[in-house]
Formats: sequence, structure tokens, C-alpha cells
Amino acid sequence: MATRADARCCMMATGEGYNLDMEQMEQAGNIVLKVEGLKKHFPVRRGFFQRVMGSIQAVDGVDFDIEAGKTLGLVGESGCGKSTVSRLILKLLEPDEGKVIFQGQDISGLSQNQMKPLRKEMQIIFQDPYGSLNPRMTIGESIEEGLRTLGVKGQAERKARVEKLLEMVGISASAAYRYPHEFSGGQRQRIGIARALSVDPSLIVCDEPVSALDVSIQAQIINLLKDLQTQLGLSYLFIAHDLHVVGYVSDTVAVMYLGHIMEYAPADELYDKPLHPYTLALLSAVPVPEPDKRCELKALSGDVPSPLDPLPGCRFQGRCPLVEERCREDEIKFYQAGENHRVRCWKVIAG
Amino acid sequence: MDNGKDILLSVQDLKVYFHLNQRLAQAVDGVSYEVRKGETVCLVGESGCGKTVSALTTLGLIPQPPGEIAGGQVLFKGQNLLDLGDDEMQKIRGNHIAMVFQEPMTSLNPVFTVGDQVQEAIMVHEKVSKTELRQRSVQLLEDVGLPAPEERLADYPHQLSGGQRQRVMIAMALACNPEVVIADEPTTALDVTIQAQILNLFGELQRERDLSLLYITHDLGVVANIADRIYIMYAGIIVEQGSAPEIFHDPRHPYTQGLLASLPNRAKRGARLHSIPGTVPDPAYKPGGCPFHPRCNLAIETCQSRFPEMCDYGNGHQSRCPVLYDGNG
Amino acid sequence: MMRDAADTVTPGFQVDDPVALQQGFGQLLKQNRLAMIGLAVFVVFFCIALLGLGLTSGRNPTFDPSVVRLQEKLRPPLSKPNLETLSTEDVPRLGVYLFGTDDLGRDVFARMLQGAWVSLTVGFVAVGISVFIGIFMGGIAGYFGQRHTFIDTLIMRFVDIMLCFPSFFLILTVVALLPASMYNIMIIIGLTSWMGTTRFVRAEFLSLREQDFVTAARALGVSNFRIIFRHMIPNAIAPVLVSATIGIASAILTEAGLSFLGFGVPPPHATWGGILSDGKRFIFDAPWLTFAPGFAILIVVLSFNLFGEGLRDILNPKLRERQG
Repeated sequence: MATRADARCCMMATGEGYNLDMEQMEQAGNIVLKVEGLKKHFPVRRGFFQRVMGSIQAVDGVDFDIEAGKTLGLVGESGCGKSTVSRLILKLLEPDEGKVIFQGQDISGLSQNQMKPLRKEMQIIFQDPYGSLNPRMTIGESIEEGLRTLGVKGQAERKARVEKLLEMVGISASAAYRYPHEFSGGQRQRIGIARALSVDPSLIVCDEPVSALDVSIQAQIINLLKDLQTQLGLSYLFIAHDLHVVGYVSDTVAVMYLGHIMEYAPADELYDKPLHPYTLALLSAVPVPEPDKRCELKALSGDVPSPLDPLPGCRFQGRCPLVEERCREDEIKFYQAGENHRVRCWKVIAG
Repeated sequence: MDNGKDILLSVQDLKVYFHLNQRLAQAVDGVSYEVRKGETVCLVGESGCGKTVSALTTLGLIPQPPGEIAGGQVLFKGQNLLDLGDDEMQKIRGNHIAMVFQEPMTSLNPVFTVGDQVQEAIMVHEKVSKTELRQRSVQLLEDVGLPAPEERLADYPHQLSGGQRQRVMIAMALACNPEVVIADEPTTALDVTIQAQILNLFGELQRERDLSLLYITHDLGVVANIADRIYIMYAGIIVEQGSAPEIFHDPRHPYTQGLLASLPNRAKRGARLHSIPGTVPDPAYKPGGCPFHPRCNLAIETCQSRFPEMCDYGNGHQSRCPVLYDGNG
Repeated sequence: MMRDAADTVTPGFQVDDPVALQQGFGQLLKQNRLAMIGLAVFVVFFCIALLGLGLTSGRNPTFDPSVVRLQEKLRPPLSKPNLETLSTEDVPRLGVYLFGTDDLGRDVFARMLQGAWVSLTVGFVAVGISVFIGIFMGGIAGYFGQRHTFIDTLIMRFVDIMLCFPSFFLILTVVALLPASMYNIMIIIGLTSWMGTTRFVRAEFLSLREQDFVTAARALGVSNFRIIFRHMIPNAIAPVLVSATIGIASAILTEAGLSFLGFGVPPPHATWGGILSDGKRFIFDAPWLTFAPGFAILIVVLSFNLFGEGLRDILNPKLRERQG
């Protein structure tokens, strides 16, 4: 493991381009992560005796898979459960039900110890560049944390690796001795990426990595993530609420609403032929930076409902323009609407 | 449109500095813009570019110290607001110029009901009877599209969603029929579907009430959808101004060009995004000359020393980049 | 129209010059005048106490606090000893009773010197104990409490129970039962004052747990032990330090109160509270016996409180960010 990282670092440093090695060639097209029927409900306790009053169904039966070297975009409004999904995949939270199959191995039942070698295969990048770095540690120390768990012995060795990692993300090596507050938001985000890369992962969960950044910085970070993906053959789970960004970076897109995936399709298909009324509403609500195309934005009525004890039937029933009696009663299944295109709406399937 | 007749709010060469121990942050450094009757003006810029500070100054809401208004004028219907005392300013605030803030979660007081707060906004400026007060607040909440406004009056802010709270904030801003509403990133904290609702609401209100809107944002998508005229700010100065089509289709400043080109969308997939290198400067450590020169791909030697003047492209389209101007003849 | 900007990922893309966004701790402290005064006063007292320890102990101390001169009792401050009636070794070192003498003719200045060390050590040791327990209990409750609710409940209910006791009377009871010694008193004060720190640390830990950098450390596979000691405690320590400085002041007061009531450090060892207590009988005839220790306690406690308040301002992250 360490050698592979070494090879990458060295090649980066010497500026050689490099190709996916044989092992990765074989994996290309393979599925890195498969999520099946993932469920997480948070009980809500109230009162003196902390009785369970209901549950927040943050994630309620989510399925998707991510191919090696590809990006899955996960879109949804606040409270739809997309961050919980990321924590479940990284096993920072235990799922109530369902499987998380990483590189062919179901990790949902693993103990902390069994999980240890897999931990470094999956990393996370956060939204808030200010909260994601320990303010009392230097940049170098923060990145070294990863190298330590990787088992890189020797201070000099670690230092050299930290400098290489920093250069990979476009930060000068001298930054290793400074504290996070000396850096701007975009630079901190780069440092967060370097820390994630320190353990040589194959999957990175990007939890809204650019939404807290300035417009001119967003493009830098997106480019960096894209470059790293081609150079290192990384897979991304890219969580965001900005449909422009998701459309740009993703190969496949999953649209989430209140703990359910409503539509799941290759990016082009989803944007060109959205099937689910929610996807449609979401796409038409996004303002386009074209003053000529200005028109009344098609706004969905109502608010995002609370995920606390949702009504039976379709999660979108309260705001859906096409709602019918059946939507309020039947459990709506995930229908196949084409190759790789799935949608959770019976009306779409019925035509 | 270009006769200055219906200019309501005009900010001229405004300079606002902040004294932070030993350092001087020139947050707003000579900014001029104007808002005419019934139009939507967008002030666009990244964090720390001074867009919010310049707006707060027009309402006299800059704490002094550490803030200092180092020069310039804020003219509202010809009257310089910076000369007014606190009491006089109070009469302008809310009554003639109102403000909507970004954070709907913290802008409402959690211990008072929605009704209390809307009614207070009316009572500050007008003496009205209790029944009228109630009627008017119900009417206001109805105008901003809050469902079941009668019942909402007794609700506390935490019982409302983010979008509903922002509607209440807008209702409070409209309480005394102001002529100008300053909206500081009112939809940034909201979800896209809710943002669309609020943007549509602003559009409706503007048509119905002939309101002037000064809209501060960094989201170019939003700008394209609502703006009549646009001011692009960078590091405390306005680098480009013009009508919405001119700015979006014919940007004449490298910063504006870079911003537009760096927007990701699906069509650009596969291609590398254009990106502006470097970072947004700290207002206390601004580069000399043209503040954008360290990040500019067109920068020449004079950019480092000479502060760029506004170059006129006609029709009110102006840009602070002499290099591009000379290049185009 | 638009040329591609410099590739941002090329190695050598330079970080902007180190913008000194944040000022050092020392600089901020210098700007906070009250905190500086508090610190200075404390340092002076600390030196005096250390010096006093050396000067008043040993076989033949420079200032002997235990010499009884019955013929010289209740002399006012700055009065000269009557050399004719005193044996030479009983004459005070400075040739003058700086703070006067008490009802047994002992030199109050020498006794104050001796007591200074006791007061300061009681303050530090007691607070040290309480901070240690506080961080330990609070840390466990805050870090493990979410998964193992019963641990959290157990610790926090125990804190509530401890807070229900009027702690001064609890200390009085325990002191009355145990043999009176300086160390017992320190330990008891420490054992009855950790609850605030525990609550503090628990709250800090609960919020730190949710911070992204802790999540990142967990995702990297950093051990719990290392997360607690390397990532969380350094970030939680600032408010604990602040409450500790103020805690020292209150421990000094508690010890003085105990001594005043006669349950303090046993005689003949002098403490400020003890001197105060002895002097109260003569408050009209010999007011210096109460004023000297009273004033000393007031100044030390005040200096600690000022320093603690200043520290709170300095370590306040919001304030620090505003500087930047």
C-alpha cells in the first residue's frame, strides 16, 4: 500500500505523467462501492424519561453503486439525508439496515479493528474549510496524522511525504509549518484534500467541497479534484446541492429527497430527460447565468417537509404537481426506466 | 434612462475603512453606484470585496469605531445620509430604505412572535390603532405569500421554515412601504426550490409596488435572472458596471470574464474549467495599482503601479481595465 | 477572448505571503492592560511567597514567625521593638515590626510571609486536582457519552449530586473528621470543586466531536486515545484554563475561610486566614491584624480574577478571528 503511494508521489514530484497501473486497469469498470437498502433512522427522544417519540428517517432504503475512477453526484436539498449517507459509507455511523459493499466486501458488519485496513481506502473532504482542520495543529501535523495510521515510520520520511502531498494539491511545501488560520478558504480546502490523499485512498467522499468557497476559487478546487481523479484513478461520491457543479463533475447522478433516492441516472440523461417530477422541479428552479433566458423560475410550492415520521406513500406527495390518490397509499418502488436509469415514481412508468 | 431624474439612491466615491489593531482594512475604497426608481441593481462580488459593507453604510449601520467613513456621499433623493444624526437616520431606515439580511435564522428574535415583530416594524414609524395594526400585518404576510397569515401571527420564529422566515423578514422590510429595499444575499442560505420562490416573490413585489431593489449576491445565476443593471466589485472597488446583457455577453474586465468562464455547468463537462489563479485578497493587504493584477492574465507592468480608471464603452457600460480598452481600440 | 489561466495544480504554485492574520498570544496579552496588571501582581506575590518560604523556614530563619514576645504584644505597624526587654535573637530582623505584632507578640510580617506560600500552594494544588478530575470525567462523558448513554448519565447525575451539597459545609464536615493538615485541606478543596470543570469539558467535547476535523481524524483511522489527547483536549483547554485561574482565587478564599473558622492548617503554621481569624478578637485595638491578611487575600484573589477574565478575552476564538 505504502509503495503504491510512494510511486504516485514520486511521479508527481518529478512531473512525469503516468498511467493507471495494471491492477487498476483490471478494476476499471468495476464497482468500487455498492450500497444496498441502506437505512438509518435516528430516534427522537423527548421528556424526562427520554421516551422515543418518533424517528427521523434520515436515510430510508438507499441503493447506488460507484464505478472505479468515476464520480457519483448526490444531489438534494437540506435535510434530505445526503450527509448521513456519507457518514454511513465511511462507517462513522452504523446503519440500521442494508449493506455497504466496498471492493466486494460487506463492511457494514465489521468491527472497528476489522475496519482499520479499509479505513484508509475511503476518505472524506468537508464543506467548511474552517472547521475541517484542527486549529491547534500545523498543516504538516494534520497531514501526518494520516501517514501515521498508514504506518509510515520515521520523521524524515513523513516530512518528505507531507511536502509531496502539499505540492500535489498546489500548496508550497513551506506551508507544512504554518497553522490553518494563515490560509484562505480555498487553500484550506486544498490542505483538506492533501490530508485525505495522505492514506492513498481509492474512494473520496466529497461533502459539498465547493459550496462554501468563492466563485473564483470553486473552479480551482473542481479542477484539482478532476486532475487528481485522472492521475490517481480515484472514485468520488460528490455530494452537493448545486446542480451546475454536480452536472459538471458527475458521471452518474442520484437525486435524493427525504431519505429516498428519487431518480438515478447517467448525468446526461438526467439533465436532458429528467423523469421524476422532483428532478424536473429542481432543474427548473436553478437560475441559469444567461440573462436572455430569463423567465419566471418554476418554483415548487411549499417547503421541504421534516424527515420526522414522514407520511406513508411517496415522500414527495406534499409538493408534487402530479400527486394522485395512489401516491399517498402505496409504497413507491424504485422502477427501472431504462438502462441505468431508475426512478421512484409510478406515474412516470405508467406514462 | 440615463437622465439622472429618477435616481433614488446614489452612492458616490464612498470609502469605508476599518481599524483593526495596527492595520487598516480598506473594505470599501471609492465605490459609486446608483439605484433608480423601480429597477433591480445587483452588487456582485466575492467574500470580503466590500459589497455588504457599502450597503450597510447607506443605512448607517457600520459600527464606528472600528469602522470609519473616510469619504464620499450617500445621496437619497438628493439628501446626504452621511450627514444625518441618529434620530434622522432612524426615520430613513425602514421607512424609506429597508434591508433584508442573509440569515433568516438569526435575523428574527426567537422570543417574540412573528406578529409582534411585524407589528413592531410598523409601529416604529407610524402610529396606528391596534385593529389596523393587526390588519396590516396580516395583509403584509399575505403579500409575501405566507400561507394562513392569521395563524402565523401567533407563531414563534422556530416554528417556521427557513423560507417562511425569509418571507417574514421581507414582510417586515416592506412594513412601511419603503422605496428602496437592500437585500443582502437573501437566498444564499436557502435551498434552490425555496430560492426560486423568494426570487419570484421579489419580482412580484417589485412590479406591484414599483420598488427599487439593491440586491447583493455572489451567485451569477441569480444575477442573470433578476438584474437590470450590475456592478461587479473586487477588493473594495467596482471593476465593471453595465446592463445585464452587456455584462454577461460582453464582459470587458478580466475579472468578470474569468468569473463567467469559471462557472461550471454540464455543457463544459470533460473540458477543464477556466479558473482564476490565486486567492481573494485580504482587505488589509491589498495589492497596489490594480488590485486584480496578481491574478490577472492580461496584467502588464503599469497595472502594478497605476490605479486603473473607468473606461467607458457607452450605454453606461464601464470597466476598470485600460489594458483591455486600449487593446480594443 | 479568454486565455487559460495558469494551471493551479502545477507544483510551485505559491501560497500568498504569510499574511499575519492572527496575532500572537503575547501581543494580545500585552494589549489587555487589566490582565497584564493581574499577571504582574500575581508574579510579585509568587516571588514573595517563594522568598518567604526560604526566609521563614529552616533551623534559624531570617524571619522567625514563631518567636513569642509577650512583652511586645499588639504593637502597631512600623513600631520599633523595645530592645531592653528583648533577648538579641528575638529582635526582628529589620529592627522594626513592619506589620506590627499579634496578641502573642509574634511578628505579623514574618507570619504573613509564611502564610503566603500556604495560600498559593493551596490554590494551585486544589485547582490542579479539580482540573484533572474535571478533564477526566468531562472527557469520558463527552467523548463516549453519546454511544454509551449510561456512562454520560452516571457522571452527570453524580455531578448534579455533588453540586447539591453546600460544598463549604461538606468541606467543614470532612475537615472536622480528618486530621487537620495542609495536604488534606488541599485535597478536599480539590475534590469538591471539579464539577464545574467537568460540565465545561463535557460541553466542549460534545461540540468538538461534531467538528469536521475530528470526523476527518476518525476517517483516517486515528485511535480514540490520540483523538482525545491530540485533537480534542488542546482545543478544549482554553476555557478550562480560564475557569482554573478563577478557581485558584476561590480556593484561596476557601482555605482562608476554613482557617478563619479554625478548621484550617493547624497552628503554629501561619496562614492568612488563620491570622485574620486570630486578629478578629482585637479588631478595634489592633486593626492591622485583620487588615494585613485581608488586604493580601483581596489583592491576590483580585489579580487572579483579572488575569482569568483577561485570559478569557484573549482565548476567545471569536475575538481572535476578528483580529484577523
